[in-house]
Amino acid sequence: MTAATANTSSLSWYEAGARQRIDALLDPRSFSEFIGPEQRETSPHLPIFDLPRQFDDGIIVGRGRLGGLPVLLAAQEGRFMGGAFGEVHGAKLTGLLRAARMLGQNVLILFDTGGVRLQEANAGELAIAEIMRAVIEARRAGVRVIGLIGGRAGCYGGGSLIAGTCSSLIVSEQGRISVSGPEVIETNKGVEEFDSRDRALVWRTMGGKHRYLIGGADIFVDDDASAFRQASIEALQCQARCDLPMIEAEQRRLERRLKHFGEANDAVEIWQAVGIDKPAEIPGLPTEEYLRRAADKRENADDAR
Amino acid sequence: MEKLNFKLNAPNRARGTRAQAIVGVVASGNLEVLLERVLPPDVCIIEIATAAHGFGAVWEAVVRDFVTRRAAGGLRVSVNDGGARPDTVALRLAQGVRMIEEPEA
Amino acid sequence: MTLDEVLAGLFPNGSDITLTGGIVSGKGFLAGDSQIHVLGVAQGLPLGVDEAIALARRVIDIIKSGDQTPILLLVDSASQRMSRREELLGLNEYLAHLAKTLLLAEAEGHRTIGLLYGGSAAGAFIATALATGKLVALPGAHPAVMDLPSMARVTKLPIDVLKAKAEATPVFAPGLDNMVRTGGIQLVWDDSTSLAAQLAAILGQPAGQDERDRLGAARGGRLKAAEIAERVTSLAVNSPAESRRV
Repeated sequence: MTAATANTSSLSWYEAGARQRIDALLDPRSFSEFIGPEQRETSPHLPIFDLPRQFDDGIIVGRGRLGGLPVLLAAQEGRFMGGAFGEVHGAKLTGLLRAARMLGQNVLILFDTGGVRLQEANAGELAIAEIMRAVIEARRAGVRVIGLIGGRAGCYGGGSLIAGTCSSLIVSEQGRISVSGPEVIETNKGVEEFDSRDRALVWRTMGGKHRYLIGGADIFVDDDASAFRQASIEALQCQARCDLPMIEAEQRRLERRLKHFGEANDAVEIWQAVGIDKPAEIPGLPTEEYLRRAADKRENADDAR
Repeated sequence: MEKLNFKLNAPNRARGTRAQAIVGVVASGNLEVLLERVLPPDVCIIEIATAAHGFGAVWEAVVRDFVTRRAAGGLRVSVNDGGARPDTVALRLAQGVRMIEEPEA
Repeated sequence: MTLDEVLAGLFPNGSDITLTGGIVSGKGFLAGDSQIHVLGVAQGLPLGVDEAIALARRVIDIIKSGDQTPILLLVDSASQRMSRREELLGLNEYLAHLAKTLLLAEAEGHRTIGLLYGGSAAGAFIATALATGKLVALPGAHPAVMDLPSMARVTKLPIDVLKAKAEATPVFAPGLDNMVRTGGIQLVWDDSTSLAAQLAAILGQPAGQDERDRLGAARGGRLKAAEIAERVTSLAVNSPAESRRV
């Protein structure tokens, strides 16, 4: 199967479940799952809290094809426990990434996560650390690890740190990326620091449009599964490296960002400084016009990451 | 969690040949249903784990109706429930048998 | 232990280490004319974009020097700095970058040893201590993902109920013992004997694979992770590429 035969109808990435996303993303009938729901490898910890379990613990891992090329894939289900990393959930991704290094096969991670699952916080935190190490070891072996972000739960907490280790990130406007979530900042530092109910503030501070403009993501797409598919095929062409020159380029890129935008109080100020025409209009722009204004102006990470 | 198990005579054999299907998600007001074609064709076993305690009679009514009206013979049906309403449960069960009828991918 | 006490215990032969704005940087002198790079976060500092990029710069300079000298990362931090500014600037990229530099340093031949001598939490813990090749702690260190009162708020459970549950499992509650049992911390040092000798012992061990999940299983604190990861790896490596969909 090739790209041309896949998924013709439109599907909102934000609204879709993890299994729907996989079906729409990969070449038809190419996916096979490792430790599927029939294995019933559920969380051993949620019963302590009298919470219901899900048969796949909120993540699906397996192999398939994308544009004819073999890939390994993990997809989080953001509706189950906010897509959070628990022990089994995290270990499935760790195991997949270790296999990627051994096989030299590229990996797609469909993020949809609030971060670490508090009911198994220590196991979740360690899973994040193990996954980040496994990502870097896979990248050092020449594997591309591509992150896709545009789900309901966004990509928060430890999930956002894993995203930060990826070779390339694809994001939609809905794809919020942040370490501390809006409610966490408000709870700890007060509503004056961050008003979590101000949705416009949340989106322009953490949303995909901002991340793409400052170089925090590499490809910006519509909230549509076929757009994520095309972008993933494109992302598989990104450079597969993780060496000293690349890390030095990353250091320069991130230092430059602090130098140029470190004093800004709001995303619109940053977009202005980036050189975007009429920056206040950015949140309301349709994708095509947004990309037109971003082109040649946005910060990029093409030689870094 | 409350666990409920029902073993029912099933008048209608599940159609298709797929070995298993899964629908839904465990979330507030929602549920996941895993169907596996592992039983004799005139039997349906339904195993439920639910966060909402004390609704055994409602579950029994819903699953009896499901097995009577749908083609569920031969299926082991496993439910993880996040506190779904009976109509949502009935919908997911129906989606499940439809999915397992679909041609093998 | 204070930072000064830790440094005095680690380096009886002396050290050349500065503490600026909570960031530790310099060198310690080991027995037999050898040296170790020392970096760290001190004084319970929250880790924000400015601290992360400064530490990452130091790690990169060490890698570029090509000296293959080990790096000791001292950690007494808060969590990540929680602010609108940090998130506006992309804190996730800065913390991930710091972790990447530490992982790269290890891959380029520098042993990386983390020493948790105070607190650390959440994103700061992941980007520093948990990104080293071997992590040890001093008694009294207190790692956390989230403190119990905040956890009680989020999970909507009374704190007494959480405390009771924490007695039964090391998997969620903060604290050194729990992080040891789940395999995140390899070893707790004895602060009544020579820290220098204990550092030398760690440096004498070979660098190896990530074995934290197996350690967690062996210690009974994290029973599933290693088995699940190994099964997925094995299925991916051994299953035919065009296996049929279930």
